Amino acid sequence: MQPLLKMQGINKSFAGVAALTSAELEIAPGEVHAVIGQNGAGKSTLIKILTGVYRKDSGDIAFEDKPWNALSPRESQDNGIATIYQELSLVPLRSVTENVIMGYEPRTRFGLIDWKAAHKRTREILADFGVDIDVTQPLGNYSTAIQQLTAIARAVSLNSRLVIMDEPTSSLDDREVETLFGVVRGLKARGVSVIYISHFLDELFQICDRATIMRDGQRVAVREIASTTKLGLIADMLGRDPEEISAAGMTDLGGGTHEAGELLLEATNLHTDRNLRDVSVSVHKGEIVGLGGLLGSGRTEAARAIFAMDKLRNGTVATHRNPAGFRDPAEAIRGGIGFLTEDRKAEGIVPEMSVRENMTLALMPRLVRNGAIDRAKEEEIVKKFVDALGIKLASIEQPIRELSGGNQQKVLLARWLALEPDLLILDEPTRGVDVGAKFEIQSIIREYVEKGVGVLLISSEFEELVEGADRIVVLQDGKSVSELQNPGITEESLIGAIARSHDGPGKGAAA
Amino acid sequence: MPGFDTRMLAKHGGLIALAVLLLINIAITPNFLQLQTLFVNISQVATIAIVAVGMTLVIATAGIDLSVGAVMAVAGALAPLIFLSEFAQAYPTLGLAASIIVPILVALLCGLFNGVLVAYLGVQPIIATLIFFISGRGIAQVLTNGNLQTFAHPGFSYIGTGKILGLPFQGWLVVVIAIVFWYIVNRTLFGRRILAVGGNERAAKLTGTPVRRVKTGVYVISAGLSGIAGLIVVAINSASDAARIGNLMELDAIASAVVGGTLLMGGKAPIFGAVLGAVIIQLVKYTLLANGVADEVALIAKAGIIVLAVYVQQGRKE
Repeated sequence: MQPLLKMQGINKSFAGVAALTSAELEIAPGEVHAVIGQNGAGKSTLIKILTGVYRKDSGDIAFEDKPWNALSPRESQDNGIATIYQELSLVPLRSVTENVIMGYEPRTRFGLIDWKAAHKRTREILADFGVDIDVTQPLGNYSTAIQQLTAIARAVSLNSRLVIMDEPTSSLDDREVETLFGVVRGLKARGVSVIYISHFLDELFQICDRATIMRDGQRVAVREIASTTKLGLIADMLGRDPEEISAAGMTDLGGGTHEAGELLLEATNLHTDRNLRDVSVSVHKGEIVGLGGLLGSGRTEAARAIFAMDKLRNGTVATHRNPAGFRDPAEAIRGGIGFLTEDRKAEGIVPEMSVRENMTLALMPRLVRNGAIDRAKEEEIVKKFVDALGIKLASIEQPIRELSGGNQQKVLLARWLALEPDLLILDEPTRGVDVGAKFEIQSIIREYVEKGVGVLLISSEFEELVEGADRIVVLQDGKSVSELQNPGITEESLIGAIARSHDGPGKGAAA
Repeated sequence: MPGFDTRMLAKHGGLIALAVLLLINIAITPNFLQLQTLFVNISQVATIAIVAVGMTLVIATAGIDLSVGAVMAVAGALAPLIFLSEFAQAYPTLGLAASIIVPILVALLCGLFNGVLVAYLGVQPIIATLIFFISGRGIAQVLTNGNLQTFAHPGFSYIGTGKILGLPFQGWLVVVIAIVFWYIVNRTLFGRRILAVGGNERAAKLTGTPVRRVKTGVYVISAGLSGIAGLIVVAINSASDAARIGNLMELDAIASAVVGGTLLMGGKAPIFGAVLGAVIIQLVKYTLLANGVADEVALIAKAGIIVLAVYVQQGRKE
């Protein structure tokens, strides 16, 4: 069969650094095709060249047997390739309808937007996804999951022949993931091809037909999903021997083997708003405490309350150094706490600033000598962490926005490690990060925990929690409902604990 | 095609524009290569440059300060009131010192007002500073009963007409201010925090940056520099007209900052760029006026430069 899409010999470099060398991609009609690889392997660059966000330096692209030269994302969309990006590109303050039909508004005969038709169409499109919401409300009123489905609905509604999904499930819960898979299968049945980019390898085995594996800007393998294994894919991605990985275990946190030390944090009855009503948690020296629960159970909110980002209405935060808690994040930082945010783009990086400036943002007050920042000391610290964490970059003066997601995450982790904190709050430390960087980040965390740092770990991946945490505090609807102790926790027992606490129907859309 | 060109332009656009302007002037403007021309331009550009430095800091936090011209008017109206007062006649030195210090203090207070509105009450910068933009000049005119105050006060006039090593005093002042603020932006905690707040306010907050104090700080600095500029204008003219001091200065200052490479969305504070921007805008004005082109046309040319600068900025982002 003729492929729907054929990309051959694609080259692209940024400021002299090659991102793609002779990269290839072939998609058959009506197939769900995974593109996987570590961060920086070139997946995003390849996709962005296809959709016209970047221009290729050289190479050939054919779509439906015709040469393809998308000059803009809009043109590629008009010609049948729709994209859902990793970072949501929607307008939270505008209504759901406006977000779905943006750029393709139905008109009345006077040339004005036909709102009635627009709302109706939006409702129909969303209904296909099992989403029934008030489409006239601002999109920002809804949970990230709903927003994600809206983005997908928008792309699919444009009658595309190829839909590109970049990490579509990273903010969905299980039920919503099932809905999404239903949509993907529906697309496939209609003969639409899907390029599926995901770090969750389990998902690939559920819905993908084939996978293109990329490494260092090249295609290293194309596999039939049915005849490969998870381990095989990881081995391709890392360019290593499957046996070796198998021996090393799937995650590298390895919790449950340590005696807990001195008490670092004691938070009781935390209450800020309806998302965080009554959570208690404590962390000891050299201990990883996990916060388990579903999306919207109050995990992030609890972390924000401890870090004094949100005002407490009730409850207390006490640390071994600050028995009265903190008034603001600056005080928390001085009190030896670091907080790695889950939202790297919105709350983490300062995109225009260099890697150096980003890394020392929290540390800066300690680098001041005689009123000025001690640049020599600053560079020394930054270089130390770049080496220690294996951050890949051209120079520490490079703007952080040019780094891949995994490397950005390492810079942000270093931002907190540089403070030599007693307690680290890590909110989804490995989200949107490839398998290789994930191992590395996990082993860095473990290394610090062994030195006595306490960690409060939030993760949507049960595997990471179960294998990483010494204890897991289970949250539900903004309350801490039970606690599990390692060794002995399994994914099943964690899921069981979360499920047991779900006695009512109360899980709303808001996260 | 445009990739290489715009990057070149973005990096050296200001200097190229300056060189082109100088060459044009040497070719067509009569008596351009006279010392007198240099003095006139330095004394006129100084006030724009000083205000533009403050504006650059404000814009770096993703704000804007429309009140600079009005603050200049208040400071400029106050100074003669003080040194012409009976107190100053009795104690000339003290009076002169007060006529410089008090207006600057008042200017700083105006900036504090702006800063509190923006940082603590969450008013949009353009609205917050619009308040003083409208009321400030009114206050200045009330102070002086709307009168033109003329004076002959050699001591005070030095800041507008004095010379050091043969060059106007205010030219040196610009150099000093630019160096000081370049150092602050690039080497101090406060400077780094300004860029962090403008670059990503939420990230700044999460890393312990006192966002509100930083924001208040830049408005106070901007107003303080405007106060100094107001004094210089009065000193140059040996007269203070509250209705005219600093009129449209906010536009010149914003234009200088933008031409100098400041991003309106914040996160960048090229201090020397802003000074260069001020020089370019001044030279365009001068070129047109010296060649008999009407003032109105000069305004259009100025707008053209801003459009060009913004276009080049866009190119750089890609």
